[in-house]
Amino acid sequence: MSRIDLAVQRGSFLALVGASGSGKSTLLKMINRLVEPSRGQLFFEEREVGDMAPTALRRAIGYVFQDIGLFPHMNVAENIGIGPRLAGSPLGSERVAQLLDLVELEPALVDRYPGELSGGQRQRVGVARALAGEPRLLLMDEPFGALDPVTRVALGERVRALHDTLGLTTIMVTHDMTEALLLADRVLVMDAGAIVADETPADLVRGRGGEIAQNLVAISRAQARKLAELER
Amino acid sequence: MSAFIHALSGLGGKLAAHVLLTFSAIMLGIAVALPLAAWASRSPRIARLALGFASLVQTIPALALLALFFPILLSLRALLGEGLPTLGFLPALLALSLYALLPILRNAVTAQANLDPGVLEAADAVGMTEWQKLRLVEAPLAAPYVMAGIRTAAVWTIGAATLSTTIGQPSLGDPIFAGLQTQNWALVLAGCAAAAGLALLTDALLGIVEKGFALRRPALWLSGMVAVALGVAAALASQFSGYRDDPVVIGAKSFSEQYILARLIGQRLEQAGYPVEYRDGLGSAVAHNAVADGSIDILVDYTGTIWTNHMQRPDSVGRDAMLRQIREWEQQNSGTQVLGRLGFENAYGLAMRADRAAELGVTSIAELAALDHRLTVGGDPEFFERPEWEAVRNAYGLDFAARRTFSPTFMYNALRSGAADVIGAYTSDGRIAADRLVLLEDPEQAFPNYDAIILLSAQASNDSELTASLAPLLGAIDVETMRAANLTVDRTADKRTPSEAARILAEELGL
Repeated sequence: MSRIDLAVQRGSFLALVGASGSGKSTLLKMINRLVEPSRGQLFFEEREVGDMAPTALRRAIGYVFQDIGLFPHMNVAENIGIGPRLAGSPLGSERVAQLLDLVELEPALVDRYPGELSGGQRQRVGVARALAGEPRLLLMDEPFGALDPVTRVALGERVRALHDTLGLTTIMVTHDMTEALLLADRVLVMDAGAIVADETPADLVRGRGGEIAQNLVAISRAQARKLAELER
Repeated sequence: MSAFIHALSGLGGKLAAHVLLTFSAIMLGIAVALPLAAWASRSPRIARLALGFASLVQTIPALALLALFFPILLSLRALLGEGLPTLGFLPALLALSLYALLPILRNAVTAQANLDPGVLEAADAVGMTEWQKLRLVEAPLAAPYVMAGIRTAAVWTIGAATLSTTIGQPSLGDPIFAGLQTQNWALVLAGCAAAAGLALLTDALLGIVEKGFALRRPALWLSGMVAVALGVAAALASQFSGYRDDPVVIGAKSFSEQYILARLIGQRLEQAGYPVEYRDGLGSAVAHNAVADGSIDILVDYTGTIWTNHMQRPDSVGRDAMLRQIREWEQQNSGTQVLGRLGFENAYGLAMRADRAAELGVTSIAELAALDHRLTVGGDPEFFERPEWEAVRNAYGLDFAARRTFSPTFMYNALRSGAADVIGAYTSDGRIAADRLVLLEDPEQAFPNYDAIILLSAQASNDSELTASLAPLLGAIDVETMRAANLTVDRTADKRTPSEAARILAEELGL
């Protein structure tokens, strides 16, 4: 990780794209101090995160990750409500129902255990859990990587819609450039611990951002072209 | 079969003591192992150290571990005061807790090491403190595995607790040790069956708790725990309802004569209105020290044993001089009172089958020395470690072809079957006459005198009513009478219990 100098605007949807080992997950985890940087400073709403208690910081930030990480011994309602419970203000059942509705899950699922849910349902619960504490910042670490394509697209769109309606700031790590181009309004490309491109999706598609970024865009573009040819 | 049922029905008190001991030991084991496991999961070094220590403890035989706590607690008295018990419940509890440590610790550490890293990261990411993570995530997820460890520990501990008999803690080992000594197999079987039954029941109940944890069904694990709690409560109730305060405790080492004499003394005291308790199957050194520290009140011991083992005297003096010096030594060193001689001597001697001795033309140890390189000598586990054995060996220059160790009971069988030619026997043993054995003469008087004497703890010796009711026993028992009484317990046919033999003995003595 070297020479990262980055400011994220309130309300933006940022995608961090790169190959495995490029440092995108590490950068994300530094924000809520799951990883501590050896040098440098990081600010969350004008406060340096190094000065904030990690537990308080993490409760103020929603976090969704690829392993989903639902607690297997807690039911859906308990999983969703864990953050507010830790903060000392447990969720009422109405709020749980509302969160389930936000992620388009049946209200009947509240007392199911994670083992009884499908992968897509589990990740929807994961998103609901991240949103339960009304965070202003949502961090997502390859959130849809393990899902089937249908669920993946549907959930991606749902999250983007929530981002807009709830006025969130969202940072999403993904290795899928297509997903980044379609969901984000700013795409950062990382390579070997450094940011090598910082563009809007439109500028990337127009050919900007340099060679590494364009190699990734080329894959998305080639796929799109083949599909278009099939349609003809 | 009826003897077995009879023996089984008499085990209530031992069972209750066994339950309370093992329950306490497992609870203490849990109380140590779980915090240690939580610490170990955060520090690989602590994990290595803790598991290494627990494994090391496990390699020590349970019997030795129990015995080791006697000197440890004795030396701790310097720090914690003279009131610290060195025998009975406390050392048994500590040794068994150490024994219970490994399975609980190992399962808890393994369970934590195998928790899904994604779940642990999620715990951090939602803002849990270390303590919240332990309480809300790690503990509930590890619980079924920890419970499996507790189950293993419980079964081990219930088995190992039978050995606590040897350090003066009543348990289901009492009937096993007593039965082994007196060849009362119904008693041995009853003790084993009770211990095994207790282990199986405990395993089943804890299995229900484990399953309840695994399936997250509170009703299930609660019902298992309630059942265990009820069992422990019943044991507590039975231990303390029948509890008469401050009974006179009579000790017995692990051979028939000791069991009989303890009952003889106990029955006299009960007639005099004293509540009485027995601590059977004690090791020789343990028994002597138990009188000194007041864990037991009365013990029949032997002058030669105290002279050589406790006073460490290599020399030999006359019978009366020996008793006088023992009396003074006990007074100064242990506060134990020597009440007096019972009348007979239970010395060590070398015994052979009469026919074999005649065939070899041996009547004394001196003659034996010429043939010893062709012969096998047998003895109980203590015998070859005793200074007397060394004294005899040196006095006659003995050098046997082979040496074999047997439990006292099996030693006589070995002689009968020819597995041993000569044994280190006890002169008051009933089997000497019954098996037609001869005691070889000891012209050099290498074996010291072994008069049976009554030892009283400092507290008991201050009770003049108690000493008065024991006075008629002094000088009353000659060696033939004692041999006959021992034989009624040791023989295989028409066997008597020690308590019956004591009653017959009392009648014969006209008491």
